[in-house]
Amino acid sequence: MPAASVSRREAWLRRLPLLPALVYVVLVTQIPFLMTIYYSFFSWNLLRPGSFRFVGLDNYAALLADESVHTAVLNTVVLTLCAVAISVVLGLGIAVLLNQEVFGRGLLRTLIIGPFLVMPTAAALIWKDTLLNPLFGLFAYLLTPFGLGRTDLVNQFPMATIVAIEVWRWTPFMMLIVLAGLQSQNLEVLEAARVDGAGALQSFRRITLPFIRPFVELGALLGSIFIVQTFDSIFMMTQGGPGEATTNIPFLLYLVAFQGFSIGQACAIGVVAVILTMIVASLALRTLFSIFQVERR
Amino acid sequence: MKTGIAPRLLWSTVAWLVALIFFFPVLWMWLEALKTEPQAASSPPTILFTPTLQEFQEVLSFDFPPFFVNSAFASIASTLLVLVLGLPAAYALAIKPVKKARDVLFFFISTRFLPFAASLVPLYLLARDLQLLDNIFALVIIYTTINLPLGVWLLRSFLLEIPTDLFEAARVDGAGFLSELRRVVVPLIAPGIAATSLICLIFSWNEFFYAVNFTSSVAATSPIFLVSFISGRGLFYAKLSAAATLATLPVLMAGWFAQKQLIRGLTMGAVK
Repeated sequence: MPAASVSRREAWLRRLPLLPALVYVVLVTQIPFLMTIYYSFFSWNLLRPGSFRFVGLDNYAALLADESVHTAVLNTVVLTLCAVAISVVLGLGIAVLLNQEVFGRGLLRTLIIGPFLVMPTAAALIWKDTLLNPLFGLFAYLLTPFGLGRTDLVNQFPMATIVAIEVWRWTPFMMLIVLAGLQSQNLEVLEAARVDGAGALQSFRRITLPFIRPFVELGALLGSIFIVQTFDSIFMMTQGGPGEATTNIPFLLYLVAFQGFSIGQACAIGVVAVILTMIVASLALRTLFSIFQVERR
Repeated sequence: MKTGIAPRLLWSTVAWLVALIFFFPVLWMWLEALKTEPQAASSPPTILFTPTLQEFQEVLSFDFPPFFVNSAFASIASTLLVLVLGLPAAYALAIKPVKKARDVLFFFISTRFLPFAASLVPLYLLARDLQLLDNIFALVIIYTTINLPLGVWLLRSFLLEIPTDLFEAARVDGAGFLSELRRVVVPLIAPGIAATSLICLIFSWNEFFYAVNFTSSVAATSPIFLVSFISGRGLFYAKLSAAATLATLPVLMAGWFAQKQLIRGLTMGAVK
């Protein structure tokens, strides 16, 4: 057998274990995505049989002109930015707190990650009905002395409520990642800084913060990828309302695809969502890589 | 560094306060679940009460079990599928790496970051045409897709940690790929397989978007059961809380039990 064909056979043998997974992922993600692009050039409503017809870029033109789409994009940006920023800051703070010599650290961590593990649908229901309900909720009772007793928080501050729920859920996630970073830090460096007369705050800013920065960045990056897709809490608590106050891109997609059954429109939203995600993800990745580069220098 | 007792007490108090605030809604859910309906929706809230399992019995004897079974089936079946597909792939990316292994790895993870808007509608149409709507296998296929990229990354990160000579030493002469996988690789990365399964189970157990759009009754999972309480107006708080407690219990337990693996799994192996 010629050497070339032996090595080619060898290369295929190496590739073989990879193929099932690769084929599976291509089949279930890439081909549907191509079909999404294809359908986005058609006008097609499932409720009207025979409505399938080519319309070129009409769906995209309609998206650009549609006020609801603008609102949904804006809501997605606001929700993601606020929830990520607040949960990163809180998560960082709690991680630093738990990194002190506190009593019962393991139990504390166990309690704090609770919100992250609880099924989002269940959590949203508990928040909405048993805590925030203006008549029977616990908060209504607790806030009565402050004159806010009968305030319907979910209805009056819908976006703030959703942000708060997402912060409650994602802070533990950020905390876990930052805490893992803090615990991998070399304590001798901190000790040396202390001996050299550095204050606690100073050594935190100059040594600890730069060290855990990649961990914080990683948490923010992963967090934003998940929070952009927020659907569960919106579905359970506000149904995108009141009006369109909490309709983000995933919820708009749900409305267009599964309430309106406008396939072409929904696909156009899908394509736009992918483009927006790619922009955000590549920006985030670039930031991440630049930080690693600074570290290496 | 030793901390004095006074600051230690101070930090501990603050930390416990924060932890209790975060945990409170979960605790409140448990308490509400143990009350009777009038107690659960009373104002002022009922603090002292005789706990009862009445609502749990109600939920369990009523209509919840099929939803729970569907959740379990979708989560376990998709996790097994992730392992069956992901382990050989991770092997091909770590132990005997193919050319351009890095590119393949990044391709996998890029599919995890794709919004579900990218493939939702065609998948729905396909499921409809194949009579897979309201069929649990549609969810199994989708959850496998969601978790496979993560699984490949995680399993690879565990495989990379095992020194190569350990493989060489344990490798059976003339053994085929599958028996090598079974007899050598699997025992060596058992903890990695456990961590990967945990993450896959958590994500698929809690998944809602596809569940609500692809199932209606026969194949509906436990979050869908909770949707029926969406318009609760103080009538069913105890029952709602009991259902929510049952639905959240498996993942809460699994996550608490395996906290170390959780961090690693959530960061795709980047943070140990």
